[in-house]
Amino acid sequence: MSKEEKMIEEGAEKEPSSFRLIFTLGFAGFMSGLILVGVFLFTKPIIENNKAEALKKAIFKVLPGTTTFKTLALDNNGKLAEYNPSPESKKGEEPERIFFGMNDNGEFTGVAIHGGEPGFQDIIGVLFGYDAVGKMVIGYEVLQCKETPGLGDKIFKDEAFVMNFTQLAVEPEIVPVKKGEKQNPNEVEAITGATISSKAVVRLLNKNLTKWKTAIEAYLNENQISTPAKDE
Amino acid sequence: MNELIWIFISALLVNNFTLSMFLGLCPFLGVSAQLQTAFRLGLANIFVMVITALASYALNTWVLIHAPYLRLISFIIVIASAVQFVEMAIKKLSPELFKALGIFLPLITTNCAILGLALFSTNKGYGFLEGLIYAIGAGLGVTLALVLLAGVREETRILQIPRLVRGAALNLIIAGIISLAFMGFAGLFG
Amino acid sequence: MSTEKSRVAAEFIKGLWKENPVFVALLGMCPALAVTNSAINGLAMGLATTFVLVCSSILVSLLRKVIPKQVRITTYIVIIATFVTVIDFVLEAFLPDIHKELGAFIALIVVNCLILGRQEAFASKNNIGMSIIDAAGMSAGFTFALVSIGIIREVLGNGSIFAVDLFGKSFEPWIIMILPPGGFFSLGFLLLFFNWMTERNKQKRSKTA
Repeated sequence: MSKEEKMIEEGAEKEPSSFRLIFTLGFAGFMSGLILVGVFLFTKPIIENNKAEALKKAIFKVLPGTTTFKTLALDNNGKLAEYNPSPESKKGEEPERIFFGMNDNGEFTGVAIHGGEPGFQDIIGVLFGYDAVGKMVIGYEVLQCKETPGLGDKIFKDEAFVMNFTQLAVEPEIVPVKKGEKQNPNEVEAITGATISSKAVVRLLNKNLTKWKTAIEAYLNENQISTPAKDE
Repeated sequence: MNELIWIFISALLVNNFTLSMFLGLCPFLGVSAQLQTAFRLGLANIFVMVITALASYALNTWVLIHAPYLRLISFIIVIASAVQFVEMAIKKLSPELFKALGIFLPLITTNCAILGLALFSTNKGYGFLEGLIYAIGAGLGVTLALVLLAGVREETRILQIPRLVRGAALNLIIAGIISLAFMGFAGLFG
Repeated sequence: MSTEKSRVAAEFIKGLWKENPVFVALLGMCPALAVTNSAINGLAMGLATTFVLVCSSILVSLLRKVIPKQVRITTYIVIIATFVTVIDFVLEAFLPDIHKELGAFIALIVVNCLILGRQEAFASKNNIGMSIIDAAGMSAGFTFALVSIGIIREVLGNGSIFAVDLFGKSFEPWIIMILPPGGFFSLGFLLLFFNWMTERNKQKRSKTA
C-alpha cells in the first residue's frame, strides 16, 4: 500500500509521457519476441526429433520385432488411413492416431495404441501393442504415471505384472483377477496393494480395444494383411 | 459427464493444488491466521481462477496456436490484467475486504496456483467446459485448504507451544498433516 | 579496496545463509517443495532458477535508468518470462528427461517471488557487478535449500542419494517422504532447525557481551 502511494507521489513530480511508457513496454515486448522466436526456431527441430525418437522407441518395445511403422488415423468416413500431418493442421485438432508396426520383411507385427485412464492419483498413460490377427496384447509400456511410489508404480516396475501383457488374450474381454489366480489367457493378475491402479490399466486396455477394433479389422481385411508365420 | 466429475473431484481433493501440488503456498501460509480472511482470499482465488480459465482458453484457441513460444508471457499479462480488475472491483465494492487482504491481492498475480492452473489445463488439453470445471474445482480446493489451515491455526493460538516452534515451521507441519489426510482421497474414482 | 572486497563477500554470503530465500525469507516455496522428491530434481530446479535470476538481474540492472517507474514491474515480468521460456525450450531440447520430471514447474519459475523480489529490491538500484553477486548469492542459497530438502526426502523416502542406492535391499523406504506430506514435514523441520540455530547464536552473543 505505502509503496504504491509513494510511487504515485513520485510519478506526480515528473510524469514521463505516455508515449515513453508505451514505447518502453512495446520495445521490451518486441525484443523478447525476437529472442523467443530465435530460441524457438533453434530448439524446435531438436525437441520434435526427441519426441519422435521416444515414440519410436516405445513402439518398437511394445511390438517386438518391429523395425518400421506407419501412422494411421480415422478419415472422414470412419476408416483408417495413413495420416500425414499437414503443416496447416492446428495443434489440439490432430486426430487420435495408432501405429502399424512392420518387421524387416514388411510383414505386419501389430498395432500400437495409446490410451489414458484415471488411476489412483492421476491419469495413467499407456502405449500397448495389439496383435490384431492373434487377438492378443503383446507389449506394454507406461508413458505417464503419477501413482504412489512403491505401490501404484509397480504397474511398470513390477516384472511379474508387466509379464501379464506379453501374451494376453483380449476376447471376450480382459479381466483382472487376484494374484496367483490366473487361469484363463484373458486374465491379468492384479498387484497386491495396488488394485485400483491395476484395474485402471485393464479398463484402459478394454476401452481402447473396443474403440479401435472394428476399424483395425476393416483395415486388415481391405489390405489383406496377416501376421508373419511364427516358427514356434 | 463422468469425466467432468472426475476432473472436478481430482482438482478439488485428490490433486488439491495446495496440499498435493504445492501451488499457491505464499498466501496459504501468509493469509491463514484468521478464518474469515482466509475464506475471503479463497473466494478471490476462485474468481481469478475462473477468469484465468476463460482467458487461457481464448488465448489457446486464437493466439497461441500460431505462436506457442508466447504462451508464458501472454498468460501472465492476461492474468495480471484480470487480477487488476478484481482488485479495482473489490476496492470499490468492499473497502473493508480490500484492507483485510492487503498486499495479497496483487500477489495473486505472482501466485503459482493461478499460472499453474492455466499451464496444467493447457498441458492436459482441456476444452472450454473441462477447463472451467477444472478451474472451479481447483479454486474450491485452494479455498478448502486455506480454511482448514486457518481453522487449525486459530486453535493453536491459545495452546501452549514453545516459541521456537511457532510460526512458519508449525504451519508447515500442520499443512503436512492435512496433506496426509487428503491422501486418503486418492483412488476415489477407481 | 578491502572494504569493496568484503562487501562483495557479504552480499554473496547473505543470500546463502543469513537471508536464505527459502529457510529465512520463505520465498519460492512452491518449487522448493514440489520438485524436491529427489536430490537431482532439486539441483536441476535450482540451476534453472539460477540461470533466470542471474540473467534477469543483469538486464534489469543494465536498464535500471531507462525503464520508467510506472511500467517497471511489467517490464521485469516480460524480461523474466522471456528467460524462463528460453530455459524451458533449452531443457526440453537437450535434457528431455529432466524436463519431463520437472514438467510445468519450469514454466512456474516465472512466478517465483524470489526472482521478481530481487529485481525490485536489488537489481533496479545497484550496478551490474553487485547485482550479479547478489543474484548469484541468492541463487546459491536457493539451490542449497532445494538440494538439502531433496537429499533429506530422497534418503528417507527412497533410500538413495543422487539416485545412488545407500542402504541396500534390506532398507524399507519411508515412502511418505517423497509424497506431498513429506515435503511439508521436511521443510517444517528444517525451519525448526534454522530457528534453533539462530536462537542459539543469539544466546551465545548475549552471553559474551
